[in-house]
Amino acid sequence: MCTTCGCSQPADAVTIQLVGEIDHIHIGGEEHHHHPTHDHHHGEGCRHGHGHGHGHGHGHGHGHHHHHGEGVKHTHTPNSKTVLQLELDILQKNQLLAERNRGYFEAKHVLALNLVSSPGAGKTSLLERTLHELGGQTAFSVIEGDQQTMNDANRIAATGVPVVQINTGKGCHLDAEMIAHALRKLDPVPNSILAIENVGNLVCPALFDLGEHRRVVIISVPEGDDKPIKYPDMFHSAQLCLINKIDLLPYVSFDVEKAKDYARQVNPNLQFIALSATTGEGMNEWYSWLHTQLSAR
Amino acid sequence: MHELSIVHSIIDIAEKQVKENQASQVDIIELEIGQLAGVEWSALDFAWEAATAHTVLEHAERQIIQREGRAKCMECLTEYASETLFTPCPTCGSYFCDFIQGKELRIKSLTIS
Repeated sequence: MCTTCGCSQPADAVTIQLVGEIDHIHIGGEEHHHHPTHDHHHGEGCRHGHGHGHGHGHGHGHGHHHHHGEGVKHTHTPNSKTVLQLELDILQKNQLLAERNRGYFEAKHVLALNLVSSPGAGKTSLLERTLHELGGQTAFSVIEGDQQTMNDANRIAATGVPVVQINTGKGCHLDAEMIAHALRKLDPVPNSILAIENVGNLVCPALFDLGEHRRVVIISVPEGDDKPIKYPDMFHSAQLCLINKIDLLPYVSFDVEKAKDYARQVNPNLQFIALSATTGEGMNEWYSWLHTQLSAR
Repeated sequence: MHELSIVHSIIDIAEKQVKENQASQVDIIELEIGQLAGVEWSALDFAWEAATAHTVLEHAERQIIQREGRAKCMECLTEYASETLFTPCPTCGSYFCDFIQGKELRIKSLTIS
């Protein structure tokens, strides 16, 4: 039972809510009402996380019969079992939803960024500082991802920027379906930057395209300069790497050039910016990069 | 970890196919998984056992085709076996490469009855 609204969804189901909102939605569950005045959308493509258009992966260029009106190539074995030649990507459902999100962002001229890192690298602090310093001239919105609590969303809300919090329960990464649902609540304005702060995890989010325009991987100086080679999938999938907490360089052994060399082995095209969200050093380079990306949308 | 998400995706696909073909279960599932797909084998095994109970895949025989990583060097066009995402070209030592094999994560076929 969900302890917030008392509905029959398990307590660890994915929830999405705005800061200060009592009502929330569950992905994959029933619609439930709390306040008569609350706005609910019904109908096609609603927020319930089931009944999406599934790509079947048909039409891979096979000639096939349509015994069952299916279009999937299949054969029958002598003991009346049917073999379906699917040739289907397992993550195709996520990929389709990611592309749909991508279309949404393009239509609204929203620059969507997927921020990934270990827990504690400084994603939220970096965002807070960015929103304080740029929020006056550029429109932002934020999607926060954590297993539990509204803590990060509350920090972002204090900057005045619209934010929605996804709590994954037991989940270890955000996926495209969660983002699609969150976007319906958040409704980012055109010509804005959407920062998606993924669950702190350098492993799992690497496999899940959210529909972002750019993936930004953040490491911090105390984590060690061999991080990129220890977590190659994530660095391979990103376009920009931020090296945060450079104010701590005098106190820990971290070789910036070595870290970049390691990272370039798994992704020769990776760009780097070294900065400190605490002192502000290097932040201007980050802001420049943001503006360049936004004007190219 | 994410292997559980992957197994759930496989279950969703299998359940849908079984239902649409008016079958009751999957007897054999053929998976194609690349060395560079980011999937950890023992985690996949563990997740499989846990997640497929009481689904159409509960008694399915898993046949896994493993694809080794292969890269093509962008500098000298050599094709080479690549066990990691950061194996340099054996001919010229460059890290600029295109992965031509090894990232597969797919269901090749289902045998249903």
